[in-house]
Amino acid sequence: MLSFVLKRLAIAIPTLLLLIVISFVLMHSAPGGPFTAERELPPQILANLNAKYGLDQPLWRQIVVYVWNIVSAFDFGPSFIYKDRTVNEIIAQGFPVTLTYGLLSFVVAVTVGVSLGVAAAIHQNTALDYIAVGVSIGAQVLPNFVMAPILVLVFTLWLGWLPGGGWQGPEYLIMPVIALSTSFMASIARITRSSMLEVLTSNHIRTARAKGLPERRVILRHALKPALLPVISYLGPAFVGMITGSVVVDIYFSTGGIGKAFVDSALNRDYAVMMGVTILMGTLTILFNLVVDILYGWIDPKIRY
Amino acid sequence: MNMTRTLAVSAAMLGLAGPLHAAGVPDGTKLAEEQSYTFWLLDAIKSMDPQINTDVEGSDILRNLFEGLYNEDGSGELVPGVALDHTVSEDGKTYTFNLRDDARWSNGEPVTAGDFVYAWRRLADPATASEYAWYMELMQVENAAAVIAGEMPPDQLGVTAVDDHTLEVRIITPLPYFPQMLVHGSTFPVLQSLIEEHGDDWTDAGTLVGNGAYTLTEHQLGERVVMEKNDTYWDAGNVTMEQLTALTINDQDQALTRYLAGELDRVDIPAGQYPRLNEEYPDQAISTPYNCSYIYMLNLSEKGPEALKDVRVRKALAYAIDRDIIVERILQGGQRGAYNWTHWAIADFERPQIDWADDMDQAQRLELAKELMTEAGYGPMKPLELTLQYNTSEDHKKIAIAASQMLKQIGVNVTLDNYEWKIHTDRMQNQDFDMARYAWCGDYNEASTYLDLMTSYSGHNNGEFFNDAYDKTMKDSKTATDPLELYQQAETILADEMPIIPIYHYANVDMIADDIKGLPENNVNNTWYGKDLYRIAE
Repeated sequence: MLSFVLKRLAIAIPTLLLLIVISFVLMHSAPGGPFTAERELPPQILANLNAKYGLDQPLWRQIVVYVWNIVSAFDFGPSFIYKDRTVNEIIAQGFPVTLTYGLLSFVVAVTVGVSLGVAAAIHQNTALDYIAVGVSIGAQVLPNFVMAPILVLVFTLWLGWLPGGGWQGPEYLIMPVIALSTSFMASIARITRSSMLEVLTSNHIRTARAKGLPERRVILRHALKPALLPVISYLGPAFVGMITGSVVVDIYFSTGGIGKAFVDSALNRDYAVMMGVTILMGTLTILFNLVVDILYGWIDPKIRY
Repeated sequence: MNMTRTLAVSAAMLGLAGPLHAAGVPDGTKLAEEQSYTFWLLDAIKSMDPQINTDVEGSDILRNLFEGLYNEDGSGELVPGVALDHTVSEDGKTYTFNLRDDARWSNGEPVTAGDFVYAWRRLADPATASEYAWYMELMQVENAAAVIAGEMPPDQLGVTAVDDHTLEVRIITPLPYFPQMLVHGSTFPVLQSLIEEHGDDWTDAGTLVGNGAYTLTEHQLGERVVMEKNDTYWDAGNVTMEQLTALTINDQDQALTRYLAGELDRVDIPAGQYPRLNEEYPDQAISTPYNCSYIYMLNLSEKGPEALKDVRVRKALAYAIDRDIIVERILQGGQRGAYNWTHWAIADFERPQIDWADDMDQAQRLELAKELMTEAGYGPMKPLELTLQYNTSEDHKKIAIAASQMLKQIGVNVTLDNYEWKIHTDRMQNQDFDMARYAWCGDYNEASTYLDLMTSYSGHNNGEFFNDAYDKTMKDSKTATDPLELYQQAETILADEMPIIPIYHYANVDMIADDIKGLPENNVNNTWYGKDLYRIAE
């Protein structure tokens, strides 16, 4: 097990390096640059800017310097657009916000989704099942960029219960969490339901029932664990997706999170922020894929590393 | 140096300096208990550093945290800021500003001429790498170009502190509108000791020291900016508004919803919604002229299509577009159809007589356009194929679709090309377009801020319209006592040569809470100051 983890971590390093190189090259090949503006900058001013940000160096050297600064000083450089700030500062402000509403949304989505899926599977083809399936399909087809403005309309404008956006206290979390968790919740419910249905017809459940175990024990102890396998493989990337931010949530609820910053960095050609967030997301993805694999081994005794 | 001539504007200001109240609250006004103003920002503030900022939204913040030599009042007229007045030398090239002695930084230190010298040198210094360094050149400050190019040290810039309260600026061409340019944020003073101590972090909330009417107390990037009244400000006694809050909301419709829920005091109205809101909230939905013009730029360069080198085709394209439909059916916010380049509300500017605009209705223009196309050799059998490029936006798209339909009537088949902003700009600057959407917002309230853009030596002239007569007219205007006639000549050349198709002149279409007073009502730059605002009791 330990050697497996170490091996995976060792592979992570070249993976990240490859990610950096590919992103760097792709980013620089997009037309326009951070200083492309309405008024074409006089060549001298552009040269001054390029010199200040190291863009006058050949690409390979920029990459080497960039990686070296990260390795030696954990310095992701200054933002090219938000010039008062470094990438570290931008991530330090935006990521905790995103992490907060992302984690909460994850907990909500998993709790509600799994419960709903299990309940629907146990009571297959009853009213409860139909309602659960209906709700989850409804939740899945309603995109969050439609739901977010509706939530604000209802809870802020009409009812006046919640602030329409911003990031100042717990009440600012409610709508972002609803908007972000709903579609994940629906997917989890549907995956759980179908997987649970499959497990419930399998031999080991029939055996458990034949032994006369109480239904509750059959479900929780024998059915749920294997039924969660496909859910967990879905949760790994979903978790990373949630905690690394949602552009929609950031735009509609003005949270100041990292999702909007990432999209902006691409549109603004803010190379430094774009690289910083890409590396953050890459690292988290690698990490949580590993966590998923470890969980697999724990849940499914057939899997051995 | 002979200082015989004092500009009329400074004479007027001397008169105003005494009795003018910053907040201008009329006697007998009942003020609300809570003096706070919350306004909307579409995007995160990119920088709070006066010499680094390039955005309109950033300027709105800077104007409250810092104060330059002059401010503007509600009608866009200059009023004293740190400078009380100034004198100009006889040749019009040396300005001497008389600074007030009671101006203070928010840490209590006096604001001196040296602070301006430091800030201006900093703007031009290649080490600062400011994207707005060219503003020093635009202001014609002596040696600006050489300093920016690194050929001269920054201390050679034509700005000197004669003493703590006397600032001398030398410019290379007399510019009648030079004082107007000093309202721009990039000319605001900054505190050298603070910047040297904190480096790039000097603009953090809590660290930033300004000389404006407010201090920065909170800045959550992309979420909010909070500013509180600065008690060390020289005119703090006349400042009524205690707190300014800017909320970043990236979606315009969402901002409007939150305004209606009472979370904001001012938001922009999305295109097309003004008539409805004006009916429902006549006291709150307000449209005022705004210093920007919207055009389609034509590519006259070698890389451009052959057809656009024919002035008849260019004119036909311009004539065929029905501006009334665009402003009345699509934008619906009090914008005006444009038949020339300079915004109609610019101070001391009047559009010259333009035949196709003044003496024809749209049906006649369309007829003429068809004739011109036939003359140029195009017709139903030989349609003209052109692309119209625009940057991503629902409004640009609607206008482009309408324009393409209108151009179809004269036998032009338009293909719409949509790109994100950076690619759009990059393509324009590389002359990779036929027709491209372009808009310009004036840096100051004077016609040259538009007309200079079409000179052959301008960084904006992406269509490569090179016209010697135009260049000469604009050069002559710099030294003319009354440049209006030359500006009209320039507009006439544009109408005759049609390198750009004017579409419309902007309006600021806002919802403004009816208890907020003191916002400018007649200022095309919408230059507002928190110190002039107050909230009345309902």
